Amino acid sequence: MSLGDSATPLGKVRGLGSAREGGEHWLTERVTSIALLLLGVWFLASLLLLPKLDQTTLLEWLHAPSGAIPMALLIVVGFKHALDGVKVTVDDYVHEPGNNFVINTLLLFLAVAGGAMALFALGTIAFGAIG
Amino acid sequence: MIVSILHRATGIALSLAGLAILTWWLMALSGGAAPYAAFEKAAHHPVGIIVLVGLTWSFFQHLLSGIRHLSMDTGAAFELGANKTFAILTIVGSVLLTAALWVYLLEYRP
Repeated sequence: MSLGDSATPLGKVRGLGSAREGGEHWLTERVTSIALLLLGVWFLASLLLLPKLDQTTLLEWLHAPSGAIPMALLIVVGFKHALDGVKVTVDDYVHEPGNNFVINTLLLFLAVAGGAMALFALGTIAFGAIG
Repeated sequence: MIVSILHRATGIALSLAGLAILTWWLMALSGGAAPYAAFEKAAHHPVGIIVLVGLTWSFFQHLLSGIRHLSMDTGAAFELGANKTFAILTIVGSVLLTAALWVYLLEYRP
């Protein structure tokens, strides 16, 4: 092997496998999962620590950078991790290449559209006059 | 085995229902009083509460079994006994956390 013995196990399998891809996808799924561990706990803790859960309080929370920035990250990383995770399931059960491509493409469009809608709503709150 | 299936099922639930509700919630929040009142009405409806309880359990279960998978990626706990113990602990943990959260939300939260 040209990589030699110094390559890590992950380094050795990158770009190999029957499809010559997948190493990056596998790693991305894990890195986003660690980010979501932090962001998910932040989200829940924030909701529990807010004095009230009415619209005004929530808008003030997401208007401030301390709320808006982690929420933006939660949206982006959350949709990315969801897309990566659902793709694994689709690839496990839908083997016909045409159907696999159609379903994965629809899911990609759905994730991008959903993420854009969530980010736009958050942007309206963060950059709006409310709060 | 069962925990592995639960990891997938809860992941799909969070991806589809969880992110859809998160997006709806943000759009309702930014949309003004009427859209947010509609969201709150749905969230306080018994069916809405069941869905939200299901999603918080999915969140905790996916989080705990996700940590289990990450530690197994390092090669840890592949022995049958330890593996099974940690698998059961993810279910016990997710149920306890969900119960604690909702008892607090429904009974003690102003």
